[in-house]
Amino acid sequence: MDPLNAIVAFANFVMLPAVAYGSQLALGALGVTMIYGILRFSNFAHGDTMAFGAMATIFSTWWLQAMGVTLGPFPTALLALPAGIAATAVFVLLTDRLVYRFYREQKSAPVILVIVSMGVMFVTNGLVRFVIGVDEQRFADGARFIITAREFKELTGLKEGLAIKSTAMLTVVVAIIVVVLLFWFLNRTRTGKSMRAFSDNEDLALLSGINPERVVMITWIIVAALATIAGVLYGLDKSFKPFNYFQLLLPIFASAIVGGLGNPIGAIAGGFVIAFSEVTITYAFKKVAGYLIPAWEPQGLVQLLSTDYKFAVSFAILIVVLLFRPTGLFRGKAL
Amino acid sequence: MTLKPRDMTLFLVVFALIAATGFLQSWNVALGILNMGLVSAIMALGVNMQWGYAGLFNIGVMGFLALGGLATVIISKPPVVEAWDAGGPRVIFALLVGTAAIVAAILAWKRIPAGKARAPALVAILVVGFFVYRWLFDPAVAAIEAVSPARAGNLGGLGLPVLVAWPVGALLAAGAAWVVGKTALGLRSDYLAIATLGISEIIIAVLKNEDWLSRGVKNVSGLPRPVPYEIDLQNSERFVERVSGFGFDPVTASTITVKLAYAGLFLAVLLLLLWLAQAALNSPWGRMMRAIRDNEVAAEAMGKDVTARHLQVFVLGSAVCGLAGAMMTTLDGQLTPSSYQPLRFTFLIWVMVIVGGSGNNFGAVLGGMLIWYLWVMVEPLGVALIGGITSGMPDGFWLKEHLLETAAHMRLLTMGLILLLVLRFSPRGLIPER
Amino acid sequence: MSDPFLIGDSLSGGYGRGVDILHSCTISVKEGEIAVIVGPNGAGKSTAMKAVFGMLDLHEGSVRLGGEDISHLSPQDRVARGMAFVPQNANTFTSLTVEENLEMGAFLRRDDISGTMAQVYELFPVLQDKRRQTAGELSGGQRQQVAVGRALMTQPRVLMLDEPTAGVSPVVMDELFDRIVEVARTGISILMVEQNARQALEIADRGYVMVQGRNAFTDTGEALLADPEVRRSFLGG
Repeated sequence: MDPLNAIVAFANFVMLPAVAYGSQLALGALGVTMIYGILRFSNFAHGDTMAFGAMATIFSTWWLQAMGVTLGPFPTALLALPAGIAATAVFVLLTDRLVYRFYREQKSAPVILVIVSMGVMFVTNGLVRFVIGVDEQRFADGARFIITAREFKELTGLKEGLAIKSTAMLTVVVAIIVVVLLFWFLNRTRTGKSMRAFSDNEDLALLSGINPERVVMITWIIVAALATIAGVLYGLDKSFKPFNYFQLLLPIFASAIVGGLGNPIGAIAGGFVIAFSEVTITYAFKKVAGYLIPAWEPQGLVQLLSTDYKFAVSFAILIVVLLFRPTGLFRGKAL
Repeated sequence: MTLKPRDMTLFLVVFALIAATGFLQSWNVALGILNMGLVSAIMALGVNMQWGYAGLFNIGVMGFLALGGLATVIISKPPVVEAWDAGGPRVIFALLVGTAAIVAAILAWKRIPAGKARAPALVAILVVGFFVYRWLFDPAVAAIEAVSPARAGNLGGLGLPVLVAWPVGALLAAGAAWVVGKTALGLRSDYLAIATLGISEIIIAVLKNEDWLSRGVKNVSGLPRPVPYEIDLQNSERFVERVSGFGFDPVTASTITVKLAYAGLFLAVLLLLLWLAQAALNSPWGRMMRAIRDNEVAAEAMGKDVTARHLQVFVLGSAVCGLAGAMMTTLDGQLTPSSYQPLRFTFLIWVMVIVGGSGNNFGAVLGGMLIWYLWVMVEPLGVALIGGITSGMPDGFWLKEHLLETAAHMRLLTMGLILLLVLRFSPRGLIPER
Repeated sequence: MSDPFLIGDSLSGGYGRGVDILHSCTISVKEGEIAVIVGPNGAGKSTAMKAVFGMLDLHEGSVRLGGEDISHLSPQDRVARGMAFVPQNANTFTSLTVEENLEMGAFLRRDDISGTMAQVYELFPVLQDKRRQTAGELSGGQRQQVAVGRALMTQPRVLMLDEPTAGVSPVVMDELFDRIVEVARTGISILMVEQNARQALEIADRGYVMVQGRNAFTDTGEALLADPEVRRSFLGG
């Protein structure tokens, strides 16, 4: 029995990837939950907004790289983020002005807005494919690893290596900064509080003189920032491919619903619940089992589900939550 | 209900568009569009039942279509005897055990009174069930997939006529819809949407990965046809004689004959469904459905079981989608799981329903055919348009290269714009509900 | 007799294009006074108040605040002009803390709000103790205090209350009325709709009895309480 190596293997193949993926999902789910809390509909275009944000950032990154600007060990994309966020903010504000505002003024049913968001999804998706194409794009530069598996082995003398990808670490750090900033904004600033008030009780917010259009505008800008950051981090960690972002829609919505739609803390918790379940259930535990029970030579991979069924994990968790706690882990609705 | 002259004109316009393609391009292309248009119309009918009649938001259409596709394989392919011998019964037994475990878990949850014992019992049943299932399932699958993997590697089917697969596809889709509906109906409408999105992704994942069932990404080709093969027609002296008499080329004539045969079959199914759908919509049941859609609270107060009605119409609509999926796979002659893309097979159907006119069956049919026509035609049009725009640019100019390369993606953009414009300026669609 | 500070003058109107609910109804309140609208269920009491606040489509009549015609202003603009409204239901931000509720009440103000907040806490001491709790965790009576406090944060000149004592116990009701009188003493005019007609008229400088969207009786609170017909028909003897 060799628990130390087992723990390292587990950390390397399950913990680290799940934490990075969970951070990405949490940021995505935060965007979905913000739109739900303030604009009161499920935004199916969110995955493609993430793709748009990542695309805008990729172009700025390439431009910076062409100018010879880099960030040393950090990816240049980090420097390009503000430009990407700005472009995405302009884009979503434009869609709001041209598309969503009309339905808001009509006080349309939420389900109509969902269908409208489907149209926006189509257009955004088409736009992204049109501009950058459907192929995979790599834009990560800088140091690839904080510590490689070999270095770790030499350092500790263990058989098992722990490789910490710099993008994974970056994802976590950036996600923490973003979440802290967001919560500071929502809970400490006048504008943030007015957004929570608007989400809680729209009529009373109007009676208090809160300007709804301003709240909506700020929400879109924040959502653009969240979507772009989530999209870029996902792209850095994995790679950028427009279709992948569309496919993130299911785990992101599952995260938001599991946490409780409209509740930011829930969105973060939901993101990590989904990510950990997905990675744990689809990981082949053969190696870990080998260290823990040396006498047992498992025949298969000791994998509960093949990775191709990762959607099934999001889905199963979603169904369980819908059946037993439809409001989510944290009561939803209201920022 | 009868069609107004305006509606008739709209239908005529669509047929004229298809006919124009026939005259200008080729009848093969035109009939190809017509056939898929008819199938699309059936898909739109199914979605319209859910959305138009009842206001249910199903974005898992793709999954139900794929189940229909799976049905064609299971029904029409001849069985792979060695594979059956290798592990067929064991796989089926494993699946039964898996299902039994889930049923047992549900029963346990219902029977055991709430308390400390209930949750552990549930988990225990599921965990034990899962491991027994995997213990039975995995070796059987390995055995089946080892049987001449290049040619088969799956169980094959029942070897029945392919037309039997159509209603079976509807049944499979109905079964999946019942499970989803049972859990997600009665909750918020967006929850149903996400649940359907999830189930459709899972169905596609199953088709892609369960090689013993559907050969996965290796595809199942050579599905039997309900109509004659071109080559047989060309070899038939009577056929060649007859078409030559009319002055047609036998090869072209044979492909057109086959396509016409499909068109006849599809049209028959479409008309039957349309008749049934109209009868249902105008029956007391249909009126009740719409009453529920327009005011759920009032309907509930009048003693209507809203969730049960919703489940009913959700299952029905999904069954129609399953039928359409089986027809589509029959038309293609092969099942290619990787070709199921949500934008194409879920969201495009939604564009059809909304553009056609939600709540109106004729609208759905019109929308299905029109949008399918546009979907096919936008790509060459886009390429032509871009070609025109870029003709002034020098060859090798990066923008020209890029634009030409990406012109194909005009489709999604156009469909999105059409959807948004219709929603904004004509939310009731081309043939509104009345 | 000085001109009333706020007057809804012969108002007729309803919701959207529907039939009129109000018929030439007049409601007014003088500076620092309490005006109470009472009447049977469905008499249009709340509707009359909403009409004064601009939440109804007026077909006739006008609303004047300090002599200025404000009939065309939206409710939000009326808030900016010094009118505050406490709705009957959902009148607090339940997921926000008590203090945040008060801050939101003062959203339009750009000056220092700590003085007003101290006044609110002085008026409702229990809120100061619970200022870090969310409004949703409070009892019904405390929540009404938050609602009134939120409205006061705008430093209004007129405070409009839609059935402030609905659903609270008699003891809490008496206390709320005491507080309302205190607010009026600071020079804020109060217009309120009440189910508990007798108690409300006791503190009212002016009372309006409404029946079927019309003014049935209008007098001082005292006079209405003394009027045998009003007593028989509306106050249960």
